[in-house]
Amino acid sequence: MSVGQPITVSVNGEQRSAEVEPRLLLVHFLREKLRLTGTHIGCDTTHCGACTVLVDGTPVKSCTMLAVQADGQQVTTVEGLMTAGALHPIQAAFKEEHGLQCGFCTPGMMLTSVALLKDNPDPSEDDIRWAISGNICRCTGYMNIVKAVRSAAVQMKAAAEVPAATAAARS
Amino acid sequence: MLPAPFEYHAPRTVDEALDLLDQFGDDGKVLAGGQSLIPLLKLRFASPGHLVDINKIKDLDFIEERDGTLRIGPLFRHKSAERSALLASRYHVMADAAPMIADPIIRNRGTIAGSVAHADPSGDWGTVLLAIDADLVLRSKKGSRTVKARDFFNGPFSTSLEPTEILTEIRIPAAKAMTGGSYLKLERKVGDFATVAVAIHLRMDDGKVGSAGIGLTAVGPQNIKAEKAEASLKGVRLDDAAIKQAAALAAEAADPKADHRGSVEYKRNVVRVFTERGLKRASERARGGG
Repeated sequence: MSVGQPITVSVNGEQRSAEVEPRLLLVHFLREKLRLTGTHIGCDTTHCGACTVLVDGTPVKSCTMLAVQADGQQVTTVEGLMTAGALHPIQAAFKEEHGLQCGFCTPGMMLTSVALLKDNPDPSEDDIRWAISGNICRCTGYMNIVKAVRSAAVQMKAAAEVPAATAAARS
Repeated sequence: MLPAPFEYHAPRTVDEALDLLDQFGDDGKVLAGGQSLIPLLKLRFASPGHLVDINKIKDLDFIEERDGTLRIGPLFRHKSAERSALLASRYHVMADAAPMIADPIIRNRGTIAGSVAHADPSGDWGTVLLAIDADLVLRSKKGSRTVKARDFFNGPFSTSLEPTEILTEIRIPAAKAMTGGSYLKLERKVGDFATVAVAIHLRMDDGKVGSAGIGLTAVGPQNIKAEKAEASLKGVRLDDAAIKQAAALAAEAADPKADHRGSVEYKRNVVRVFTERGLKRASERARGGG
């Protein structure tokens, strides 16, 4: 019988320590130990992407990673997207563009999109479709999801340009 | 779904990992990207007593061309292959295959070496390595040995890798001038396993075929090297007749089973068509086009 193994994971910027069985999956660690239930379990077989979280900034299916493997790493879940009470631009865009119907795939879709926009701040519709091809929307709401990601890209670009423009105007 | 209980080990060096594997024998299993192994554990198709996670070992995530050999480390992930300028420039069969593996999120974690060691007959990398004539370096506590890709696969999910060994390096002959390749894969949707896929790696020599590598995915109990088709091309001019003959031989080498993805006749025909198209694409690339 295996025994508990101590791990410390930075989850949404907070150090969380626990003793876990090695076979515990990251998704169960997040949902059951930390009660962060925004990360959903869909297919449980590495297909659907509902359980996607960011591990050190990279989208990972948390049903296909052991919690012990996340020891010493940084995990971001949907609960970590808001800052200072304000929605992350991707969240605001999903809300604005009706990028969700039942909402089950939404956390995974948004986290995958956050990583995409970090990597490629101005993605084409094709780039977006390609990036989210590991996240399945059972409502088939893809049109508005793609629109939302595009819209978030525009918003984030504008937000990044405002301080730069202000600085330029001052000089 | 929860895996059966196991003990988890995260060694910091390859030697330490090999010591552990030596100690556990049949009861140990290497964990690399985990994108096949963890689902297998969850489905309880596998229940090793000990997992040896190599992700904390430094310097295993590499690709480099040195002394006439392209070397790939055991933690080189699909995503890195997809983004590699080196592969895109001269190893077309690998650059083509990388973005066709599973889906983008799985590609973030899964590794080429892990996929090869897993030896799914529907896996893509084994086929690519057969076409490109790779060597696999297998290391255990007792030492290391090198096995040709064509001698590595023994059947579905079965290879000559011993439980005490780690696939520490994939070695590929450095691509010479006039080399081109292609990987064509038919899948029902992103993330599905191949219905059929065909890998081509071609080196032209003075207007004739210097060497041709042809690999087939998902049309037999293991990834297949279409050796008769390869031999038919050696030293010949790559005209329509030669391409047709090689494609027919590749289709003969396929040994598909009928399933929900298609009938035997259909899959064999896709092998033929993909071999023709792949050879044309590879030869264009060898000449510096596309």
